[in-house]
This record gives sequence, C-alpha cells and structure tokens, in this order.
Amino acid sequence: MQVTVKLFAFFRDGRFKEEGGEYPAGTVVGDIVDGLGIGRDEVGVVMINSLQHSLQSPIADGDIVAIFPVIGGG
Amino acid sequence: MITKGNTMTDKIFRVNMTDLTTSIEEVPAAWAGHGGRGLTSTIVAAEVEPTCHPLGPKNKLVFAPGLLSGTLAANSGRLSAGAKSPLTGTIKEANAGGSGAQFLARCGCKALIIEGQPQDDRWYSLMISPEGVVINEEKELIGLGNFAVAEALAARLPGKPGVITIGPAGEMRMAAANISVKDPDGGMRSCGRGGLGAVMGSKRVKFIAIDPKNGKVDIADQARFRDANRAFAKALVDHPVSKALGQYGTNVLVNIINEAGALPTRNFTSGQFEGHDKISGETMHDTIVARGGKPKHNCHPGCVIQCSQIYNDADGKKLTSGFEYESIWAMGADCCVDNLDHIAEADQIMDDIGIDSIETSVAMAVAMEAGVLPFGDGAGICRILRDDVAKGTALGRIIGGGAGSVGRAFGITRVPVVKNQAIPAYDPRAIKGIGITYATSTQGADHTMGYTIATNILGVGGKIDPLTKEGQVELSRNLQIATAAIDSTGMCLFIAFAALDDQTCLPALIDLINARFGTSLVGDDVVNLGKSILKTERAFNIAAGFTNVDDRLPEFFYTEKLPPHNVVFDFSGEEIDTFWNF
Repeated sequence: MQVTVKLFAFFRDGRFKEEGGEYPAGTVVGDIVDGLGIGRDEVGVVMINSLQHSLQSPIADGDIVAIFPVIGGG
Repeated sequence: MITKGNTMTDKIFRVNMTDLTTSIEEVPAAWAGHGGRGLTSTIVAAEVEPTCHPLGPKNKLVFAPGLLSGTLAANSGRLSAGAKSPLTGTIKEANAGGSGAQFLARCGCKALIIEGQPQDDRWYSLMISPEGVVINEEKELIGLGNFAVAEALAARLPGKPGVITIGPAGEMRMAAANISVKDPDGGMRSCGRGGLGAVMGSKRVKFIAIDPKNGKVDIADQARFRDANRAFAKALVDHPVSKALGQYGTNVLVNIINEAGALPTRNFTSGQFEGHDKISGETMHDTIVARGGKPKHNCHPGCVIQCSQIYNDADGKKLTSGFEYESIWAMGADCCVDNLDHIAEADQIMDDIGIDSIETSVAMAVAMEAGVLPFGDGAGICRILRDDVAKGTALGRIIGGGAGSVGRAFGITRVPVVKNQAIPAYDPRAIKGIGITYATSTQGADHTMGYTIATNILGVGGKIDPLTKEGQVELSRNLQIATAAIDSTGMCLFIAFAALDDQTCLPALIDLINARFGTSLVGDDVVNLGKSILKTERAFNIAAGFTNVDDRLPEFFYTEKLPPHNVVFDFSGEEIDTFWNF
C-alpha cells in the first residue's frame, strides 16, 4: 500500500522532509520508524492523517504519517 | 508559602510618582514567602483598588524578581511585572528574561512598587542600586524606541546597568504596549501581555536602570545550593525538549501544530497554513546558519536551554533576536504571511516600539479581515507598524489597542480574544485543553498560564487526546496551579518540560529554594502556593466585576467548524466552571 511519510526537526538530517513509500499490509508506524534507522525511544509524537497515534498504530493505504522527535516550545 | 528560617534581607523599594518620593521598607510577613508572580499578584491584590482605572493614579506597577533570581540557579532570570491590566481589566502578571531580575535581586530589591502619577506632563527615569531608588527627570530619550534608549544609556551610564524600558507604544498608553527588559547582548525581552507598558507610561516612567554594584544574594546553605543546582541543571540539559529548543527555538512548533490541524490561520478560519514550512523552525534554523546568525542564544546568563537566537537578514546583518513561535505564528499563519524576513522585520519593529507581538499581530489579522490591508501583506504590516502604530495615528492607536479594539472599530465579529486579550497560537477547537486555559485564566487568553499543548500534542507529562473533552479541565487546572508556582521562582517556564517528565527535576528545584532561604518546603507546599496565587488573582478579578460568564470563549469558536478536523469548542459553561473546584 502507498503511504506518505513526513519527518520533522533533526529527523530530516540525512533523510528527507516528505516521501511516498510502498509498505506491506499489516505495517505499523514502528516498522516505518525502524526502517528509517530512527530509534523508537527518540520518537516523541506520531500522527496519522493529523490525528495522534502511537508506534503500534497500523497504517492504511493513502495514509499520511508524520513522525516527530521529542520537541517543545511555547 | 515559605515561613520558616527566612534569611532574607531583601527590602521593598517604593516609588511615589505623585510627590516624587521614594522609600525602602521591610518586607511584610505576609509577602516574605513570595517572589515573582506570587509577589506581584499579592501586592496588587493588597494595594490596588480592583475597580480603579488601570491608567489612573490608583493603579500600581510592581516588579519582582523570582525567589531564585540573582543566584547561580540555572534558568532563574525571569522578572515579573504586575498591575491591573488596561487591556483586560483583570489582574495581570507578565514576565521576561534579560538582566532585570538578576540585577534587581542583587540590589536587595524583593519588589519595586511604582504608585501614584505625576501632576504635570514631565517624564522621569528611575535609577536603582543597593542604596535605593533615585528619580530623575528625563527629556532626551522621550519618544525614542527601545533600542535607541538602550544604546543611549550604554553611553550615558557607567558600567553595564540593567535596563527596563518602554517605547512609543507605552508612552502613548496603548493597551497592547509591553515593557522591555534588555538582555546582555542588547536584545529586548518583553513582559509582553496585557498592556503593562501603558501602565508604566501612565506613571510617566520612561526607563528604569539597575546597577547592582557589588550586591549579592544571600544563600543560607551554599553547599546544598550547589548540589541542588547541579542536579537541576542536569535534568534540564538531559531532557530532549531542551535539545530541540536550542536548535530550532520555540518556532519548532509551527510544523507540529500545523500537522495537528490547530495552527490558527487567516484570522482563525482554518487550522492549517499552506506556507507553514516556509516559516517553520526547521527553515528558520537553516536560514540562520546560512546567513551567519546564531541558532542558539541565551536571554539571561545561566540559561542552559538557549531557545533564543540571532536572525540575520540576507546581507548577514542582525535583524532580530528572541524570535518566538507565537510571534511568527501570529504574523505568519494568522496573517497568511509566508515570508520569514518580513516577519523578522515586523518582530524587530515591535521590539523597538515596545508592543506585544501576539496582541498586535492578531489585531493585524482582524484588520486584514476588515479590509485594512490584504491577507499575506507582510510589507504592509511593517509599513503600518512604522507609519501608524509607532507614530500614533488614529489607525495605529486602534491596532495598538489590541485585537478587540480593531474588532470594535471595524464591526468584525470573528475576534479571537478572552477578557479582551488575544488568543495565541493554538486553536482551542482542535486542542481543547488550551481552550479551558484561555477561558479560565485569571489574565485573559494566555497559553503560558496552563500549557496543555505539552500533554495534548507533544506527549510531555503524559498524553490526552486534543480532540476529546475528557480530562482537559483537570489537565488545565493542574498546569495552571503548577505554573503559578513556577512563575514565582524566577524560573523560565521551559523548565516545566523536564519537571513533567524527570523525577529529579522538581525535588532539585525545591531543594534550591530551601538552600537559598533555609526552609524545609516539600512538594505539597509548592502546589498550595500555586493554588493560593490563583485564588488571590481570581478574588481581585471578582472584586473588579468579573463573573463566571467572562470565563468563556468568543461565540464563533462554538459555531464555526475549524478545518481540517471540522470541530467546534463544545464545553458548556457549567463544565468550564468546574475548573475552579479546588
């Protein structure tokens, strides 16, 4: 299935800002993170289609997955 | 409150602008355990008639360093300013970094109270040292912007005094005028919200210079203080949020709040901005590096997070510093400007005029909806700031009166304010916890009063879904109580990320306070301090005429659906009112 992955802050370093990818059925967000060489403990926030999710969340065809490190401000 | 073993020799410095007298007073027992916001609010509640006119002689402007300001404690340089607000009519506290808090504390000044009002139209300055306050008439610097004031004082005064100043906006008593505090590199840090610059202008005080000379803050137990500070600083440095803040500044939030569909865009009509990446922290970082600026900068000595930065223009010349997410959001997404240089220029102009970059920019977006200038017109914003706001034309005064003022002048109904203070950078329809904070804060809409974004969006201090109602009132209540306490310590609010996640952080902070004053406070004392501050502030507001019906969001948040989630703010009044059940 086709999925768009967006990366933010220093997760972009040496990777990409936004990229489409082909993933097998049953893929969860954590699998995408592993495939990018990002440590799961570095991930602060995961969103699928602008909704808050977790590394265990399954993805579906056409999803937009956004992966953020632990960040803050305010 | 701190009641045991108080070693403080600090005094209250009082200035009466009616008869131009000053005095140094002992600290009343009821004030001894307070600092920062807790102290400004306690003094304002004790001495200011709640129904007084905020710009009249009965209002008082109070400055207070935090309990730990002036010590070597990491991140302890926040200065609180308090008064009755001309923008909201409520009690107000606004705090800033810079050198002011550290220098005032080293003068032995626990609080500076400016009261009364000159009978004539002369302007004055205040010189503060460990010996007390001297009032001087000021002629040369009247009408000048903050940067010119700082530059002139660097030449005029010996040493490197701290400077607290107002620009033309404060002199003209605009309701969005702020108070600026010089940082060690000549940048301006702002006690931004609620128009306290207008109160300083109404006292006809152009600037306050602070020379601590050899003054030092007493520490009851030096060894314990050192150990506690080491543990505290480590907790701050180790937290991953601190790393991202140092690299990208607070503007790291543009992309994540946009992704969450909660970035108020085009005067709060959408939750996502097409140009978000162009104004994001990631783009800003790359631009700063490419132009030879500084991605990291501290607003006061001792800050280990360094979220500030020096942003240069295309020619490599400094354009602005302390370039914050809320300012960039407001001029960016809310006004649909996707040119970071225009936003930086506007930020610099506002620092110079001395006007709140949240209130003024939200006012610009309302003015754009009114047709005063088109959405996206970054150059137009800069022009209006220079030609109208700085000069005090009729349009400039309407905009300088804040978002509510523009809405009233032009008959606009979509005006994002609570208690007449502009709602900042997080749409309460898509992040419901922050809506509770906006509604119930004792100070009008203010994200810093109870930053539920941490838990609603950033996954700090747990996770609560931003789009559901469940748990939001309790979250906002707990954060508002904790924030009131932190705001009393002189600590930057960004210690809260570590405090929420790292179990060593808060005990180390309490240990610092105990070592400073020889007290034996525990965690519950801090919570009780936060609760009592909120109750003191609310009692002032009730006496000023506010009721629970003022704790509501503007009507459009309940009726207009915010894309992309197409949600409204759906808390009933009764649900909001349960906030105060503590």
